[in-house]
Amino acid sequence: MKIHEYQAKQLLASAGVTVPKGIVAKTPDEAATAFEQLGGAIAVVKSQIHAGGRGKGRFKEHPQQGGVVLVKSSAEAKEVAARMLGNTLVTIQTGDEGKVVNTLLVEQGLKIARELYLGCVVDRAAAGPILIVSTEGGMDIEEVAHSHPEKIIHEPFDVVFGLNSFQARKLAFRLGLEGNALKNAEKFFRQVCRFFLDHDCSMTEINPLVVTEDGDLLVLDAKVTFDDNALFRHQDLLSLRDLSEEQPSEVQAQKSGLSYVKLDGDLGCLVNGAGLAMSTMDLIKLHGGEPANFLDVGGGANVDQVTEAFRIILADPNVKGILVNIFGGIMKCDTIVTALLSAYDNIGIKVPLVVRLEGTNVELARKMLAESGKKITTGINLTDAAQKAVAAIKV
Amino acid sequence: MSILVDKHTKIICQGITGKSGLFHSQQCRAYAQQWRPGEDVFVGGVTPGKGGTQVDDFHIFNTVEEARAKTGANCSLIFVPPPFAADAILEAADAGIELIVAITEGVPVLDMARVAKSLQGSKSRLIGPNCPGVITPAIAKIGIMPGYIHKPGPVGLISKSGTLTYEATWQLGNVGLGQSTAVGIGGDPIIGTTFMELLDMFEQDPATEAMLMIGEIGGDLEIRAAEHIKKYIKKPVAGFIAGQTAPPGKRMGHAGAIISGGGGTAEEKMAALEAAGVVVARSPADMGVAVQRAIAARK
Repeated sequence: MKIHEYQAKQLLASAGVTVPKGIVAKTPDEAATAFEQLGGAIAVVKSQIHAGGRGKGRFKEHPQQGGVVLVKSSAEAKEVAARMLGNTLVTIQTGDEGKVVNTLLVEQGLKIARELYLGCVVDRAAAGPILIVSTEGGMDIEEVAHSHPEKIIHEPFDVVFGLNSFQARKLAFRLGLEGNALKNAEKFFRQVCRFFLDHDCSMTEINPLVVTEDGDLLVLDAKVTFDDNALFRHQDLLSLRDLSEEQPSEVQAQKSGLSYVKLDGDLGCLVNGAGLAMSTMDLIKLHGGEPANFLDVGGGANVDQVTEAFRIILADPNVKGILVNIFGGIMKCDTIVTALLSAYDNIGIKVPLVVRLEGTNVELARKMLAESGKKITTGINLTDAAQKAVAAIKV
Repeated sequence: MSILVDKHTKIICQGITGKSGLFHSQQCRAYAQQWRPGEDVFVGGVTPGKGGTQVDDFHIFNTVEEARAKTGANCSLIFVPPPFAADAILEAADAGIELIVAITEGVPVLDMARVAKSLQGSKSRLIGPNCPGVITPAIAKIGIMPGYIHKPGPVGLISKSGTLTYEATWQLGNVGLGQSTAVGIGGDPIIGTTFMELLDMFEQDPATEAMLMIGEIGGDLEIRAAEHIKKYIKKPVAGFIAGQTAPPGKRMGHAGAIISGGGGTAEEKMAALEAAGVVVARSPADMGVAVQRAIAARK
């Protein structure tokens, strides 16, 4: 689960990590008031969407307006906010459709001496959490990793005890921090790692991490994502979810216990099992088609779920045909066909449907399909099914 | 011969009184009875608080320690729900269970980090979580795979996925190849046993003539396996990587199946495997044929 920058900063602040003074604004007037309350000569108005690249992003409705700007008066804050709120910000990560900005974060201006990078993730190879720091703050860290791998420092930390003080000091020295900044860094690094563990994060990224002229360390931008599998023990975090940031069809699928990802192609697919579902997408592409989605109905799919799966696939206006690929294991093929036929009747599928079945009770299932009198094409194997499905929508 | 599971494997199930736990325990017991009638292979189950009772003739124990002491079990099949799965794995390891097979999907990744740390230096081997389990055909099945599709034979099968493994098994059957052992390692970011360790075991196993490894996008296990194969594996290996068309940054069902930071793509994994001499199937329809080709190339 992703959250907004302002939410991440509030959580980090309550975990003892230093963040700049900031106020959330949902109207232009609130933005103006926020500027005054902050009391500085300058402030920064930041659009709150989940995608990155906001500073360089531009609004569809106001092509000159960036997603993050410095303002020098409450009047200016109000003007800028009016151009942002309710409008659509397009960044390198949003795709052409962009994201509507509903919330702003108005933040104090800082006297920045240095910009660093800090990130916590789970490192698969180390089978545990890892802290990553770099002197190259404010840059795309993946680019830095590619062009200057020597500028990235990895430090695994203990999943129970967190980051030790000596580890934090070691990193601070290697980043060239001195005086106050050195002292502050020890606490800052340790608290971010603690935050990561305590909240079951998948990622906590602070980029840039700012060192001020006074040697204070502050979170200038923060990206926090949580491990969906651990949310059961963080009920308080659930309210931070912003459904408007998510693909509606994916949210709907999740409610029905389906795993669905919308893609850009025109051939829908319905598969049991994540690995087989990915492979079915690959197969479609290999035979000249473009998959419209990833969809795993799971191991114990019932009539309701299969019906819902069809509904979600068909709700995508790009879908011109559907390939069903089922390998019946414990889940029997005839159960799937029963669900499929019932879904067919309930929804009225008008696009070509190609079905490939294999596994437990496949003979019975094929007979049921053949006797159903429905215009369903069957594929005798993976390749045959993919070729037929791709051909069916090219007509 | 085989790896992990043989005639000495005695199985218990943790979470046996749940719906899936009971169903699959029955299936595993039936599989063992079909091939080795009269032998006691599936010896009981554990559900705290229900010790001393019986469910469908399975003896239930309160703790794994007790189950091991009273049945001689050396393998545990785990169906415990995600919030309690890590604890169940640790309990099995603490009781000295040698092979722990965790089927549970949805275990928090930091729980698995704690488990991984605890199991360092332990004699227990964990397979999974979020996996279909392990089967040595005609000997024992410890998992949720359909037993009848697996035939004894020379191929060591290692896979991150469930139904894709069944698909591969099916294709192997169509070209007349069975399996020495098939292992589902799971699709989570942190898993107990990876490709490398299993490749080594299959390399040492006299019954295994070739290996098929099925990976997917996300992480770099397949790339590390490729380096390992280049250095240490002499037997022929075929491979497939799922997710060639998956977009970056999107989780494809499995918690671990996500291309992040431009790394973990199918393309780079396939290239690494090919560079290590692995016969890589470009199409998921060619997994069986790829194994045939890998074997033929070495003869």
